Amino acid sequence: MIGRIDSKIPSGPLESKWENHKFESKLINPSNKRKYSVLVVGSGLAGASAAATLAELGYQVKCFCYQDSPRRAHSIAAQGGINGAKNYQGDGDSVHRLFYDTVKGGDFRSREANVHRLAEVSVNIIDQCVALGVPFAREYGGLLANRSFGGAQVSRTFYARGQTGQQLLLGAYSSLNRMIGAGSVQMFPRSEMLELVVVDGHAKGIVVRDMVTGQISSYSADAVVLATGGYGNAFYLSTMAKGCNVTAAYRAYKKGALFSNPCFTQIHPTCIPVAGSYQSKLTLMSESLRNDGRCWVPKKKGDTRKAHEIPEDDRDYYLERMYPAFGNLAPRDVSSRAAKAACDEGRGVGPGGFGTYLDFHDAILRYGRVAAGGASLPESEMVARGKEKVKALYGNLFDMYHQITAESGYEQPMRVYPAVHYTMGGLWVDYNLMSNIPGLFVLGEANFSDHGANRLGASALMQGLADGYFVLPATIGNYLGTVAPDKRPKTDHAEFRAAEEATKERTQRLLAIKGKKTVDEFHRELGLLLWDLCGMARSEKSLTRALSRIPTLRAEFWENVNVPGSADSLNVALEKAGRVADFLEFGELMCLDALERRESCGGHFREEFQYTEKDPEVLSGKVCAGDVRRDDANFCHVACWEHVSDTAKPLRHTEPLLYEVVKPAVRSYR
Amino acid sequence: MNLKLKVWRQKNRNSEGRLVDIAANGIPAEASFLEMLDIVNDDLTRKGDEPIAFDHDCREGICGTCSLSINGIPHGPSETTTCQLYMRKFKDGDTIYIEPFRAKAFPVIRDLCVDRSSFDRIQQAGGFITARAGSAQDGNAILIPKQNADRAMEAAACIGCGACVGACPNGSAMLFVGAKVTHLAELPQGQPERQRRVLSMVAQMDKEGFGNCSNYYECEAVCPAEIPATVIAKLNREYAFAGAKDTVGVE
Repeated sequence: MIGRIDSKIPSGPLESKWENHKFESKLINPSNKRKYSVLVVGSGLAGASAAATLAELGYQVKCFCYQDSPRRAHSIAAQGGINGAKNYQGDGDSVHRLFYDTVKGGDFRSREANVHRLAEVSVNIIDQCVALGVPFAREYGGLLANRSFGGAQVSRTFYARGQTGQQLLLGAYSSLNRMIGAGSVQMFPRSEMLELVVVDGHAKGIVVRDMVTGQISSYSADAVVLATGGYGNAFYLSTMAKGCNVTAAYRAYKKGALFSNPCFTQIHPTCIPVAGSYQSKLTLMSESLRNDGRCWVPKKKGDTRKAHEIPEDDRDYYLERMYPAFGNLAPRDVSSRAAKAACDEGRGVGPGGFGTYLDFHDAILRYGRVAAGGASLPESEMVARGKEKVKALYGNLFDMYHQITAESGYEQPMRVYPAVHYTMGGLWVDYNLMSNIPGLFVLGEANFSDHGANRLGASALMQGLADGYFVLPATIGNYLGTVAPDKRPKTDHAEFRAAEEATKERTQRLLAIKGKKTVDEFHRELGLLLWDLCGMARSEKSLTRALSRIPTLRAEFWENVNVPGSADSLNVALEKAGRVADFLEFGELMCLDALERRESCGGHFREEFQYTEKDPEVLSGKVCAGDVRRDDANFCHVACWEHVSDTAKPLRHTEPLLYEVVKPAVRSYR
Repeated sequence: MNLKLKVWRQKNRNSEGRLVDIAANGIPAEASFLEMLDIVNDDLTRKGDEPIAFDHDCREGICGTCSLSINGIPHGPSETTTCQLYMRKFKDGDTIYIEPFRAKAFPVIRDLCVDRSSFDRIQQAGGFITARAGSAQDGNAILIPKQNADRAMEAAACIGCGACVGACPNGSAMLFVGAKVTHLAELPQGQPERQRRVLSMVAQMDKEGFGNCSNYYECEAVCPAEIPATVIAKLNREYAFAGAKDTVGVE
């Protein structure tokens, strides 16, 4: 049973909370640090930076990842950029503005103190990355370059072409490598955490499957850090890597860790549309493209003319129309719903009518004119120069689009459609990033705290590195200081043996079923169900339906799935089966959370709770009809789910969100 | 389209492997190569056979996990990685050879999966700048000329897939090592460790059993990240100077 949920937010003015907290936090003597052992699961931005930094401080660190190398974590795929409140552009940015934009972007459902801290350390992150040699774009004078991103009216995003995620991850990976080479971190690639081990109420280790030999082993430590990413793959089709899963976080939930706001899923407005039923994933077209690309659909329903045949007057630049102040850089939840609405009205483009245009024609002409510098050049020459500039800014993204669709974004508008991209929900953590299970820390996308109901672009990279480089290293001592060094349980403790047995038993069960349907078939079915019933638009009806269908699908899985091969070898189907089995339980939690949150906010849209034409907020022009309508009186809180048993409904606790500085207001991007 | 696959199957590191004929039927042209293998694997599973094991993750060309040699060429006829190869590049009735990347330093683990930890060990030996978290100065304090920043970015784009090694008749990793050495040598932050970095990384590269470059340029031809072979020239220069300085005892 969970007692009172204590976020441990420090007292005092918002701007000083973090500084004061660092001073008040327990320190561990350097000669004692090396007696403490920490396990870090996940080697993405949050995991690699945490593992490297904890090792730099002197802790014994073991790091685990399911991929063949820590550098393969899905952070690598992030494209557009990372925010930092440096105000290098002199356009009005500040820590406070980044903080405010992020809280507003999260639709006033994030923890204010955590977000302020995030904005504060954002400047340190940029410095640390530069120090590690991350090749950020530079201006001609040698200074760092910036660009704009969604939900902000300042240019605060630092980038490395269209592969900022890769470069930031390689920076953290390089630090991790240095520590591995120095013998300070033991790295375990191709290893999957399948169970959390809790001893006397504290997280003291994990059970891991070696994905090459199949061997199940235990590792014990003084603290466990989960940096295992998001659960977007519950929808099967998403922008996640194929291996991304919820297993580590879900196992922790089943051992008593609260799971918060699982229904806060982010759908990104510009991804390459689905082409066929065999499709295995969706590819993101970075939000940075919307600095220059214009989103539009035909004004008339059923207009099947080719894009270049549709004159300007027949085009609906719907984001510019609906949200003039932010235009094409309106936040993702707002932009995705606008795209969906246009397609639902029959004005979508491309095969199947589920697509909108992302058009660079005007940008190419504009850049061409700038390059011509007032000289009178033939249009073809200006277009050529404009294309060169667009290529310099976004080249690899255009190449990727071409590889996948065989179309050129330079010659015709790109076709895009919303797709699952990020999950704001995650395991609950306090201000120290510790879960309600003492000794269990959760970082990056795997935790819930900083992005509320909608994450702004370029802030996931920021949060992962904030948590790993700067927050956890300062806060972990508060827990470790309460635990005697060198007193952790050994791996032959009863709890470890029980966890290993449970893991082996589950593995054998999956292999023994030998039914008729493949794991992927079940995964696709679950994914489609969740997308239709718990996707961009949710209702009591759709969610109730989902809640009755998922248990049926799950029961069928455990009777009819076919997992070929054996446990003691590299067995991809077995790996997938375990993850899908967890999604089949987790999906239910997500729908339950969506049902219980009877309001709309950020990425969580309940059809029953939206602004209508008659509302004063619409009439006064603050929001559009159809925008989300929050219920701050009843739902300005974090939903914290507690697992009771495999058959009973989980318990919903709440952490009230108390805003000291920001006043939750109508979220207007007009 | 229907295709005739010849796929390398190998039970584990210590077993013999061989090419096996497998039919791929009813494959849509818009499907990716890996989606084609997914369809084949579904078929194999339904028939009670074991699916083909192959490494992949992001399926969008950036993580470097996928590592198939298709008709003898790492990543096949793709402009970038295996996962970004689409079946429209093939014709109905084609025979396609699918093998793991071949190199002594990339032992096969199972079927098409190889062990590329040799790459990680090279990076662990020196592919980094020593900068403890929290010790950095303001990001704009060091001016980096745009051309250096661009060259560093160009070299830093390496995704660590190992296609270069698989393509090289000598099994050389010099494009991979050259890329990291170039990236960090172009930047002011990389200067303090410039000498020892290249010596340590090359020493580890040799220890892992990679071959040496003899100017085939097959690596550059298959590299999905378009790393130019000039990074090998840079590597050779860096190594020569560092070696010479090291021998004479100067910095």
